[in-house]
Amino acid sequence: MTGGFALLRSKKAQDALTHAVTYLILCAGAVVVLMPLAWMISTSLKRRGDVFLFPPRWIPDPVMWSNYPTALTMVPFDQFFKNTFTIAFLGVLGETVSSAVVAYSFARLRWKGRDTLFMLVLATMMLPGQVTMIPIFVIFTRLHWVNTFKPLIVPSWFGVPFYIFLLRQFFLTISVELDDAAAIDGCSKLGAFWRIILPLSKPVLASVAIFSFQFYWNDFFHPLLYLHDKRLFTVALGLRFFQGHYGTDWHYLMAASLVVMLPLVIVFFFAQRIFIQGIVYTGVK
Amino acid sequence: MVEVLERSRRALATRRLVKLTYRSQETILGWLMASPFIVGFLIFTAGPMLASLALAGMEWDLMSPPEWVGWANVKKMLFEDPLFVHSLRVTVIYAATAIPLQLFFGICLAMLLNTKIRGLAFFRTNYYLPAILSGVSVALLWRWIFQPDFGLLNMVLSSIGVQGPNWLMDRKWVLPSFVLMGLWGVGGGMVIYLAGLQGIPTDLYEAAEIDGANRWHRVRHVTLPMLSPVIFFQLIMGIIGAMQIFTSGYILTQGGPANASLFYMLYLYRQAFQYFHMGYASALAWVLFLCILFLTLMVFRTASSWVYYEAETRR
Repeated sequence: MTGGFALLRSKKAQDALTHAVTYLILCAGAVVVLMPLAWMISTSLKRRGDVFLFPPRWIPDPVMWSNYPTALTMVPFDQFFKNTFTIAFLGVLGETVSSAVVAYSFARLRWKGRDTLFMLVLATMMLPGQVTMIPIFVIFTRLHWVNTFKPLIVPSWFGVPFYIFLLRQFFLTISVELDDAAAIDGCSKLGAFWRIILPLSKPVLASVAIFSFQFYWNDFFHPLLYLHDKRLFTVALGLRFFQGHYGTDWHYLMAASLVVMLPLVIVFFFAQRIFIQGIVYTGVK
Repeated sequence: MVEVLERSRRALATRRLVKLTYRSQETILGWLMASPFIVGFLIFTAGPMLASLALAGMEWDLMSPPEWVGWANVKKMLFEDPLFVHSLRVTVIYAATAIPLQLFFGICLAMLLNTKIRGLAFFRTNYYLPAILSGVSVALLWRWIFQPDFGLLNMVLSSIGVQGPNWLMDRKWVLPSFVLMGLWGVGGGMVIYLAGLQGIPTDLYEAAEIDGANRWHRVRHVTLPMLSPVIFFQLIMGIIGAMQIFTSGYILTQGGPANASLFYMLYLYRQAFQYFHMGYASALAWVLFLCILFLTLMVFRTASSWVYYEAETRR
């Protein structure tokens, strides 16, 4: 056997080769994944004429920082951001608080009918939204809630089945002895929820809040149904509106889209661990 | 004596009362704390489900009083409305292409990352980032990428000498465009597979190696079976998600060209909120719901032959 062949055969060399190939593929993949975002940033900083240059230039020259303020004032994005933050804040608060309260009842309190009702939570979780969509739209129309934030916020205060499930499963992992100890010290059930369960559940509550924020921030369908007045638009609707008017001004469109993505990216980088833990918690267990 | 007895009996009774009220207190508190869900379920789920079932047999434009038409909506769907069948077909074709590809690439990426590689956190963040971004801004980004003359995709293709198609404006290429765009977010599934992979005990691989299993054998007979519950979960979520695709379709193509990307939810939206055919749209919604339910049940039925639960076989 030749030396080279023996080298290839040796386990160590083979492992090193696999490692190198793996690394190469992962790097290539990373480039493919990041390229659209880099392209987006590049486009957002170009002059209009430079957007249509061939071959394309990755580094804009000159760098048009002014595209951002221009794009963001062409339609009232400050108002759209304010609207979205208002809706998202109240919606996230509602979903997190109400789901936690309901989940505590299912996890820690003993009452007749509890387990049957919990099955109902699970069943509701499986139900896709389209079947209920039209009657709910009719209800909100009849209440004259169209063109208000109420159809987007009010339902969030009734608990979200998926989050109720997630939180209940987490609450169940907290030792009951802690509750008993609290009860001996004269702590009521409600007190135990507030002083013991909630503080111990901060990570999972954070996961729920982040999922909820992500949903509200990206949601397009519900604002599309209920918000028709331009002053009430969320950023998602605002972008759509922007596209309708300035659809071929790619540099402005990309600048505005990037700014709309930014809050989510910031949340993601600050809370990455919570994000991924939450995703894993829902997906695997 | 009598007094003492009387007193102790009273004490006992109060204690029982206290106990009883304690119990009923918990019951009251339990219902009270669960009441947001109960009320919400009645208002936003049970009521609307019954209402939409009734609406499916009616004709209603929100203005004039609803009119009972019985099975007419269903008949219209099956025999008179080619767009119903067409949009269902478009959606199923999209789902049947996008889901397997997303599963495949998600699992492959996770396996590559699960090899004690340096910079795991960097790669994971990098691949996961697109998954948190969705909705309108991402759709707009892709509209620019798919732009035939100056979009990134065709520029890259032309640099290797390939003349790219018209993507979103080409009837043949519009669905593949959506599939491609979906693949960008494959990192979302990857993170979940990675967690699943990290939960597989290493002694299984060592045992397989001692038995002479090569790399492919180990993937086929250890990794995939151990990962199958996660794959199962992702498959179900994938079906539910893909069948309801809406926002990207609305932003990118509005169903065009020539209805080639008319996803079911786009058509449903059109019927309900542009034509105000509330009855017909309700019938469409029920059919979509039943389709998703049917597909999910099919997957569940096949589960026993390919999903491996450790706890079950150990019993």
